[in-house]
Amino acid sequence: MNTATLFARFVLDSLRSITRGNKLYWTWVAFLLLLMSAGVLAYVHQSRNGLITTSMRDQVSWAFYIGNFTFLVGVAAAAVLLVIPAYVYEWKPIKEVVILGELLAISAITMCGLFVTVDVGHPERLWHLLPGLGHLNLPRSMLAWDVVVLNSYLVLNVIIVTYLLFSLHAGRSPNKKLFLPLVLFSIPAAIGIHTVTAFLYCGLPGRPFWNTSILVPRFLASAFCSGPAVLIVLMQILRRFTRFEIQNEAIWKIAELMSYAMGVNLILLGAEVFKDYYSNTEHLIHMRYMFEGVGGHHAIVPWMWLSVFCSIAAFLVFIVPKTRRNPIWLNLGCALIWVGVYLEKGMGLVIPGMTPDTLGEIYEYFPSHTELWVASGVFATGFLVFTLLVKIATPIMLGDYQPAGAKVAH
Amino acid sequence: MSKSCKNEGCGSGAGCGGAHAATEELDPQVEEATRREFMCVIAGCAAALGVSGCSEITHTSFFQKRFRELGPEERASIVADLEKEFSEKFGKPVTISTQPAREDVQFGYALDISRCIGCRRCVYACVKENNQSRDPQVHWIRVLEMDKEKGIDLAHANAYYDAETVPRPGHFYLPVACQQCDQPSCVKSCPVGATWKEPDGIVVIDYDWCIGCRCCMSACPYGARHFNWTDPSVPAEEINPKMHYLGNRPRMKGVVEKCTFCVQRTREGRYPACVEVCPVGARKFGNLSDPNSEIRYILEHKRVFVLKNELNTRPRFFYFYGL
Amino acid sequence: MKASTALALALTSLFVCACGGSDEREEGWGSSAQAAIAPVKEEIEVPPPPFSEGIFPCSDCHDPTLPVNTKRRQLSMAHQEIDLKHDVEHRWCLDCHSATDRDKLHLASGELIDFTESYKLCGQCHGDKYRDWRAGVHGRRSGNWDGHKTYLLCVNCHNAHSPAFKPLQPKPPPTRPHGGDQ
Repeated sequence: MNTATLFARFVLDSLRSITRGNKLYWTWVAFLLLLMSAGVLAYVHQSRNGLITTSMRDQVSWAFYIGNFTFLVGVAAAAVLLVIPAYVYEWKPIKEVVILGELLAISAITMCGLFVTVDVGHPERLWHLLPGLGHLNLPRSMLAWDVVVLNSYLVLNVIIVTYLLFSLHAGRSPNKKLFLPLVLFSIPAAIGIHTVTAFLYCGLPGRPFWNTSILVPRFLASAFCSGPAVLIVLMQILRRFTRFEIQNEAIWKIAELMSYAMGVNLILLGAEVFKDYYSNTEHLIHMRYMFEGVGGHHAIVPWMWLSVFCSIAAFLVFIVPKTRRNPIWLNLGCALIWVGVYLEKGMGLVIPGMTPDTLGEIYEYFPSHTELWVASGVFATGFLVFTLLVKIATPIMLGDYQPAGAKVAH
Repeated sequence: MSKSCKNEGCGSGAGCGGAHAATEELDPQVEEATRREFMCVIAGCAAALGVSGCSEITHTSFFQKRFRELGPEERASIVADLEKEFSEKFGKPVTISTQPAREDVQFGYALDISRCIGCRRCVYACVKENNQSRDPQVHWIRVLEMDKEKGIDLAHANAYYDAETVPRPGHFYLPVACQQCDQPSCVKSCPVGATWKEPDGIVVIDYDWCIGCRCCMSACPYGARHFNWTDPSVPAEEINPKMHYLGNRPRMKGVVEKCTFCVQRTREGRYPACVEVCPVGARKFGNLSDPNSEIRYILEHKRVFVLKNELNTRPRFFYFYGL
Repeated sequence: MKASTALALALTSLFVCACGGSDEREEGWGSSAQAAIAPVKEEIEVPPPPFSEGIFPCSDCHDPTLPVNTKRRQLSMAHQEIDLKHDVEHRWCLDCHSATDRDKLHLASGELIDFTESYKLCGQCHGDKYRDWRAGVHGRRSGNWDGHKTYLLCVNCHNAHSPAFKPLQPKPPPTRPHGGDQ
């Protein structure tokens, strides 16, 4: 049987996977589709009237959408936390589930792309970014670099996943000479996407809160603790509802690595706090806005303290082996990390960077209803992509398409 | 599915980016409009590729290249289309210049903060000259009131001062607009190259190329760039019909705009509007390459400074104390 | 060379490209030529003096044949509306206005000048402002930065008898931003 036919069968089987499911599956998909529709309607409203339907204004010109974008780039980069133990250390418990990290990366990058699309004033002009057709301002624009690396990472992961699943579906191992370099390349690529995103912020001289080199390692550390939290929860769900055998060791190892990442994240946060408060320059005002409020403006303060509390609590839960191995504590820890890092990367990065603005003005931003609905739509889209991909991948990984259900080694 | 987008039907979306004029009634037709828009979004990509892209103000082609890459005939044709469109829209003949920079000219600006009294006449002269949106309000110049005791202290500045008369005792005033930096962080950050520094020093924006990502706004240390969060609106009787393509031609929602040193005036040798209107003569403008110019006199005889000089943006906008 | 070295070089050069600014103004602007102080006889194009209605020519009321009382005093018969607040401790009317030719002003040297050249008088005490004004950096100008521009007389902006500017009513402040749900 030639490759084209095999591929056609792969595609058909995949389509069959996603169009067949139990009640829970369809309820979930229906819910996501509903959210997506709401998001689309909200986006249409935004598109008609302009971004004035958001709460962004000149004084805070990046906010909820870009905050989510930044958080999701981190989630996408987190796949590397699985790829390294799986392919560099050939650690079997994780190798079986590494694909889930890559599927998460694809979904996260999709959401990143959508958040950028809903944030720009002229989405129909996004083709201006295409080199050749448009004009991509390389090498000077960091956003241009971000476009390159994010799309490359997306394409890389799509190729890796498609190739892996296709091979396994066809009953053969992926060609290591082709496959392994791609996978190993995804490691620096993952570091790259988040480093470039950090450069986007830290390269701006006019924003002292961002213009610090520590932003790069902070981004990486918070990425490596937030992304895998999704995976841990997902793996438990898969273990419960499918025949996917995911060893506890895999989950615990991921949780352990996350705890180190969170530890580093907290150290770096502490360093930032020290630097600003001790040297007590005018730039302290951004951190004061976060943690104390300035001039009667303190809407953001409780959220920031919540983020710190959740991050520290999550660190403690994950660093202690006993709690990390307890499913209740484990999942609680994951929830704490989501809250902590989400608030830190979104609210805790973008808003204080812009408040006070460059001329000292404080405009208190809070997402508008339109932004919340559009963002829900984007998240729902990402979740749907992830759901469909997992739905396709699970039977293949379990060897359901092989005679006698034998799994193919990879 | 082909559509002509001229203010009818399709209101939105991924494809067209078109929207109705600010005066449109929304409520009675919301349901119908929402349904139409939903269909519009569905067909978004096809529509975008299939027809000329439309925007509320201009009917520039969806495929229009960057202004810098256009040849002279293309430019002339685009400008002619825009002139026709704006003349009809505003009910008076409109001219749009594409006059390039002169070779021997490097613009510089100086503002005497010992003289500025914070009357804001420059702000509103600029609004009129440059066709800035009245609703939502766009001001390219922001006048900051500061305490004399604190000196230049942006963290405690107040742009919203209101008083019976100015100057208010104990305060001085610092107007801020685009500094037309020699090392602009905004130009560096734009992912599509929609903003650049012209040979005569003015940093300009190609409004038809800008994708509205607002990277430049994050990059600007002076809060000089402003975004059209919705369709800008200028009453027809107040429109300034003498326009420049890179300056005061009417913009559309979703793009960034800022001070251009009144490129439509200065390239014809005139002073910017803010310089002419200032009642106390605090604003000075001229050609830095001309050793006999007013601006060179100020650099030589007065002590100038620039804002946030530690950021190394090298502004062309100098502040000084004349008194 | 080794692949890793090549890679490092490539990355470094990429960084340099990305960070390099294009700054054409390294040398600075150089000093301008010293602004020439106008020779006394030079004509400067200025608008006419902003006389109050009917006040000029002064000789319509002031009979040149009558003797002049040069004693410093509070005027009671005319010009009471003039509030003199211009170095009142040392100066009064006849320090600027010529006692002999009422249609002219006089300089410290006694030289008579027309009202259309009043800037020469102001420039005697306010030399720095005068020099700046001649160079075009004091006071308002309209016109072309590269061509013809207007000068204004000192008195077009400054009331010679009470020169301090009165405060102006400012134009309205900008509207404060508010969020998308309001």
